[in-house]
Amino acid sequence: MILPFFIIIPLLTAFIITLIAGERDNWAVILSIIAVISLVALSVFCFVTLNGRTIVYEMSNWKAPIGIILAVDALSAFMLMIVAVIALTSLMFSVHYIRHLAPSWKYYALFMLLVTGMNGVIATGDLFNMFVFVEITLFAAYSLVAYGCKAEEFEASFKYAIMGSISSTLVLVGIGITYAATSTLTLAKIAEVLQQKDPMVTLWIGGIFLAGFGLKAAIMPFHAWLPDAHSSAPAPISAMLSGVLIKALGVYVLIRLFFNVFGGITIFNEVFVILGTISILVGGFLAMGQWDFKRLLAYSSISQIGYIILGLGLGTWLGVLGAVFHLVNHAIFKSLLFYNAGSLETAFGTRDLRKMGNVAKALPITSFTSMIASLSISGVPPFNGFFSKLIIIIAAIQAGRPVYAFLAAVGSLITLAYYMKVQRFGFHSRNIVPVEKDVISFGMNSAMIILAVLCLATSVLIIPGIREVTLDPIVAVIMNKTGYISQIFGR
Amino acid sequence: MNQQAGMTLIVKTVTRISVWLILLYGIYIILHGHLSPGGGFAGGVIIALAFLNVMLAFGRDFIKNWLNIEMLHDIDSSSATMFLAVGILGMAFGGSFLANFIPHGTLFNLVSSGTIQVLNIVIGLKVGMGLFIVVWALALFHLDRKELK
Amino acid sequence: MTVYLLCFTLLLVGIYGIITKRDLVRIIISSGIMGYAVNLLIVLFGYKNGSIYAIFIKDTPVSPQMMVDPLPQALVLTSIVIELGTTAMLVALAVRLFEKYQTFDITKIRRLSG
Repeated sequence: MILPFFIIIPLLTAFIITLIAGERDNWAVILSIIAVISLVALSVFCFVTLNGRTIVYEMSNWKAPIGIILAVDALSAFMLMIVAVIALTSLMFSVHYIRHLAPSWKYYALFMLLVTGMNGVIATGDLFNMFVFVEITLFAAYSLVAYGCKAEEFEASFKYAIMGSISSTLVLVGIGITYAATSTLTLAKIAEVLQQKDPMVTLWIGGIFLAGFGLKAAIMPFHAWLPDAHSSAPAPISAMLSGVLIKALGVYVLIRLFFNVFGGITIFNEVFVILGTISILVGGFLAMGQWDFKRLLAYSSISQIGYIILGLGLGTWLGVLGAVFHLVNHAIFKSLLFYNAGSLETAFGTRDLRKMGNVAKALPITSFTSMIASLSISGVPPFNGFFSKLIIIIAAIQAGRPVYAFLAAVGSLITLAYYMKVQRFGFHSRNIVPVEKDVISFGMNSAMIILAVLCLATSVLIIPGIREVTLDPIVAVIMNKTGYISQIFGR
Repeated sequence: MNQQAGMTLIVKTVTRISVWLILLYGIYIILHGHLSPGGGFAGGVIIALAFLNVMLAFGRDFIKNWLNIEMLHDIDSSSATMFLAVGILGMAFGGSFLANFIPHGTLFNLVSSGTIQVLNIVIGLKVGMGLFIVVWALALFHLDRKELK
Repeated sequence: MTVYLLCFTLLLVGIYGIITKRDLVRIIISSGIMGYAVNLLIVLFGYKNGSIYAIFIKDTPVSPQMMVDPLPQALVLTSIVIELGTTAMLVALAVRLFEKYQTFDITKIRRLSG
């Protein structure tokens, strides 16, 4: 009964904001924060009360293979939780940042649409409905990337929109072929029908979907739009895009389609492993050459998504566990790093690492949290990034692929190298740069502190005892090839 | 209002008559969405085209006096809210989001489709106002080539 | 089979246009062509020879077996709406880009590297 509220609450908030907001953005801020807090509460409640079941909600009383259903299992509930938490911190960061940039209620309305779209993609159990929500998310994302009205932002947004329209076309072709082959659009029913079909059909559909959603996940050959879009957007939006959007629209959908619907075909796992490894290395090398902080972070996102895809492609229990764990970790520390970049940009008016200096004295909280985030992302114990990367590397060795394990370890070293560069040149350089006092508000600082605490706290998830109730049900959902079908149809 | 703005007298006179017919046709398409081809989206586009017709014929300054753009904005947002409200009412009375809670009526009558007709009207308003506002906003830009600063 | 191939050709025309054209407006039109090709493809998937539209009309009894599959048409209607939105978005961005750069030529719009 609570499932449609994941979509209704943010959507209703978006439209009410457009109705009642005047010149100032006070009401918009209050309404959107209330909405996102209730989403956090709902998603935590949903995840806690799930117990390995799947909740199915039939829209307008039409039964499963005919009507549109919403279905939430452990994986979806977990993703909903990540989206809600990152959205909350992003809003806390936005309030001051957007007043600095260009205050308007439009930002909050678009932000709620972004959340609506992502929640919809995660909660739905219908292929075409998923496509529609993907488009809603992307519209909001295009407008938010161009929110600052600078020339580069329009350019990045145009590039993003063209890439998005190509990938949507590919996805639509895939949906058409799927419908022609299976005569249904409910994911569980598609899975059931495809089992009796020629495996070649699955390969064709899978190839098209891999290209379509791979573009949205920015896996290596399809990555060209990401650095522009993610570095040009306002900082809280970069955090949303890099932290959760590419995961909800890219990785989550890939998991859902390739593991639950197509049943984990070996050849696609092989492709995942190769593309993931290429993404890790190339993304890392490209990030090393950047001096623009946000661009560096964007390339780093490509590299870290590579780890997730690599872990998924291994196809073993441990590999998938590592992938899911790295997914939540990356959402946390990459958002934190983008907030750091945003607060540096507010203070210094530049994103160039060479023009920064004496950060530790001027902005102590930014400096300290960025240190935690850099250590987490480069895989230094006891932070969360260390455990997830370790699990993925061990899983690669256990799966009998020492070469990939070695390359992943090399990628981790590259990550360490370019975050050392960020710390050395950006935060601890000897430049003395004048900074205005009190440009960083309480909301921005608390958003950064919350995520820095989460960086440490989520490493607890891997401890046996806690892992059994948090990560293991998710991995069970991904690894169980026929469980998704039987759970949805209640057999 | 400037007499020179917009197109010639012939176009203006024809538009003055035809805009109401086009609007009426759009409303017809919306109301018969459950019986014949068409529906909320198609009818809404026709309504938007009626307004665009006026804008093309009389120029964009005329539109500013003739229509209250702020009010169109409000209709646009409130129709989206009403769509959700109908969905939530369906939750309250029909047991599920967007479920039908109005009696069906007899087949082929004008009022015979439960909530679908209400939703069609709401979507028609939303699309009509939304599409018109999009084009109007785009028409505000002056695309004259200047020297770059 | 020929019609499907023609649809696919139209799709390739759209992709070719997006990749090779240098004018923003032509790129937008190419993305439109790409969308139309897919819509046509999906409608064709639902078509069968000698069948009629899927609408009941008063006093003319038609059995549902004689109708085409209405679901792909519903999908196409939705995707047309989405394409309308995408095109409006792209046009708006192109207009704003023109304001900033005074040109529609993408080779001259290059402030972002790579």
